[in-house]
Amino acid sequence: MEDRKRVKRPRGVAQLISGKCIACGARCQSSCPKDAIEMNEKGEPIIIIANCIGCRKCLKVCPVDALEIYLTPEEQKILAELAAQKKVAAVEEAPEVIEEEAALLVKLKEYRGVWVFVEQTAGEPAGVSWELLGVGADLARARKEELCSVVIGDHVEHLCQESFVFGASKAYLIDDPVFRRYLTEPYYKAICYLVRKYKPEIMLVGATGLGRDLAGAVATELQTGLTADCTGLAIDDRGFLLQTRPAFGGNIMATILTEGTRPQMATVRPHVMPLPAKDSSRKGKIVREMVPFQEADIAVKVLEVIDERKAGEVDVAAADIIVSGGRGMRAKENFSLLQELADELGGVVGSSRGAVEAGWMPAERQVGQTGKTVRPKLYIACGISGAIQHLVGMQDSDVIVAINIDKNAPIFEVATYGIVGDVLKIVPSLTQRVKELRAKGVEFMVERH
Amino acid sequence: MRIIVPLKQVPDMNQVKFDVEGGRVDRSSAGVEINPFDLHALEAAIQIKENKGGNVTAISMGPRRAESSLRDALARGADNAVLLEDRKFAGADTLATSYTIAGAIQKLGAFDLIICGEKTVDGDTGQVGPEIAEHLNIPHIAYVSWLEVSGETIVARCEMGGRAYTVESAFPVLLTVTKDVNVPRLPGFRNKITARKAAVEIWGTRELSGFADISRCGVRGSPTRVHRVIIPSEENRKGMIFRNTIDEAIAEIADNLLSRLN
Repeated sequence: MEDRKRVKRPRGVAQLISGKCIACGARCQSSCPKDAIEMNEKGEPIIIIANCIGCRKCLKVCPVDALEIYLTPEEQKILAELAAQKKVAAVEEAPEVIEEEAALLVKLKEYRGVWVFVEQTAGEPAGVSWELLGVGADLARARKEELCSVVIGDHVEHLCQESFVFGASKAYLIDDPVFRRYLTEPYYKAICYLVRKYKPEIMLVGATGLGRDLAGAVATELQTGLTADCTGLAIDDRGFLLQTRPAFGGNIMATILTEGTRPQMATVRPHVMPLPAKDSSRKGKIVREMVPFQEADIAVKVLEVIDERKAGEVDVAAADIIVSGGRGMRAKENFSLLQELADELGGVVGSSRGAVEAGWMPAERQVGQTGKTVRPKLYIACGISGAIQHLVGMQDSDVIVAINIDKNAPIFEVATYGIVGDVLKIVPSLTQRVKELRAKGVEFMVERH
Repeated sequence: MRIIVPLKQVPDMNQVKFDVEGGRVDRSSAGVEINPFDLHALEAAIQIKENKGGNVTAISMGPRRAESSLRDALARGADNAVLLEDRKFAGADTLATSYTIAGAIQKLGAFDLIICGEKTVDGDTGQVGPEIAEHLNIPHIAYVSWLEVSGETIVARCEMGGRAYTVESAFPVLLTVTKDVNVPRLPGFRNKITARKAAVEIWGTRELSGFADISRCGVRGSPTRVHRVIIPSEENRKGMIFRNTIDEAIAEIADNLLSRLN
C-alpha cells in the first residue's frame, strides 16, 4: 500500500458525453496542450486517454458542455479521502490559474461604460444608432454604468444632442473636416484613440456596410472580440456581455462571450432592436476630442461620391406591410400581382433569396439572413417555402400570412394564417377582397411603429 | 501583379440539415463548395491577371477536406494554392482567423493585391477581409462593385449606405468584393483534370513559425468564445391553415387583418 501523504490528487481524464457534441469545429482539439484529442469523421472528439492530463481546457472551450471529467471509482475514493483529510474542495483549480484570473479581473475593471457609435452620412444619422441606444440603455442599467454615444464627422455636433434625446448621457465628439466622408482609416484610428483614452466596457456598432467595416478594423487594432449581427444582447451574472447571434443562415443561435479583452464589441443589424422612446427634455455632457490626423495620411483617396438613394426607393426594412414573393411565383411578371396587393394594403413588395437569384427582384428587396431583417405588422409570404435563412429575417413580424402550394412548406410553421393553394389564383382574389372592403370605407393603412 | 485570394469552403446552405433535438449541424448532410462570394473575388483576380499579367494564389484555412475547394480554385484559373491546416488553427474566431491568414500571406512574400468576398454564407460576419488588411497594416476598400487597375493604382467603386464612392488607392491594398463585381466563370473540363493533379501546399504551425505567433491562432488566439449553441425550433404560431376552402380563407384573412391591424 502506498503512503497516503504521497498520494497525488487525481485529475481524471476528459470524456465525451454521448449525444451532446455538435461538431462545432474542433475547438476542444485546438485547445488541448497535449495533443490528446483526435477528431472522428463526424467531427466529434476522441480522447487519447494516455495523453490526457485532465487539465480541463477542452471542457472550458466546449460551447455545449459535451465534455466531462471521468474519474475511476478508485480515483473518486482517493479524492473523497483527500477532501476529508484536508477539507479542500475536490476539484480545486491550480493556484497559477487563480492568480491569472485575478490579474485579468483587475485589468478588466479599468473599463467602464456602454458606448454606441453614431453612424452618419453627411450629418444624417443612421436609424440603427438610435436603436442601439435603446438596448445600450438596458445594458448600462444592468451594469450600473453610463451610456455614451460616439459622434465622429464634420459639423455633426447636433447628433450629440439627438443621442441624449434617445438615452445617452454623454457624447464623445470628434468634429473635423478630415471626417467629412467615411473612410476606414481615419475613423477607426479616431475610435481606437477614444477607446484607449476612456476605456469603455462595451461598444455597439450598427451592422450596416459602414459599421461592419469599421468595427472589424477597430477590433483588430485593439485585439479584442467582435461579434457580428447580434440579435440578442444581455448582461450575465458576472457582468459580461452575452452576445447572441444566428449562424449557419439562422439555423443555429450561438451565444458568444468576450472574456479576456475589452471592450466587448458587437454589431447589430438595423430593425432588430426597437427604437427607444424619445425624450426631448433630456440633456447630456459633450466631451470634445481632437485627433491629430491629416488628410495626407490617408492611403485611400475618394475621387467621387454618388448618392444612389433614388427618390421613392423602397426600404423593405422600414415597411409596416410587406408582400413577399419567392420561387413559387414562377416568373418575374407575376410579381405585378404582389405589387397590386401591396398597393391596396399600403405596403411594399419584398422577396426571398430564390427570387433575387432568379433575377426577378432586385437584391435590396431581399428578406432573410443574407438580405434584410424585417419586423412589419403584416408579412404576406407568397410562394415562399420558408428556408430557415428566410424565416430568421421575418419571423418576428406581428402577423404572417403564408400562401404556398406545398402543404409541408416550413413557412406554414410560422404563419398566423396559411393557405395551401395556387398563389397565382389566391393573391388576385385577396387583392379583390381588400379592394371591396376598401370601397366600403375600410382603411388598411397602419400607423408607423 | 501578384494577387492573393483568401477563400473559405462552406457547406451548401440549401442542403445542410440541422438536428433540432440534438442541437447539431449535420455537416455530412450537405456537399461543400467555395463560399459563393469568394468566387467573385477569384474571378476578379483572374481577370486582372489576364489583362495585366501576374499570378494568383488562392489560400484557405480549414480541415484537410478544404483542399478540394482549392483544387476548384486552381481549375478556375488560380496558379497556386495553399491550405492552412493544423489542429492549432481550429476554433478560431474572425480575429484569430484573419491573423493566421495574414501570417501566411507574409510568408508568401511581396504582393500587390488581396481580394476577398464581402462575407461568407455560413459565418456571415464580413469581418475577416478588413481584419486581414489591419493585421498586414495595409489599406482596404470594402464592398467593391467595380474596379479598374491602371499602372500604379487601383480605382474602385464601393457601395455603402446608399452611396457609391469611387476611390483610388496605391498598392498593396485589400479589396472585398460584392456579387455585382462580375460573373464568375465555370472551371473548364481540361482545367479540372489538371487541377486534380496540381499540388496544394499544406502549411501548419511549423510552416508559419516566424510569421504567426501560435498563441494568437485558433481557440487560444480568439478573444470571443462560444458560450452556448442552440438550434431554435421554428416558432409555432398555431396558425389557421386553409386547404380546400380558399374563398373562406380569403374572407377570414381580409376581415381578420382588419381587426389585428387597426
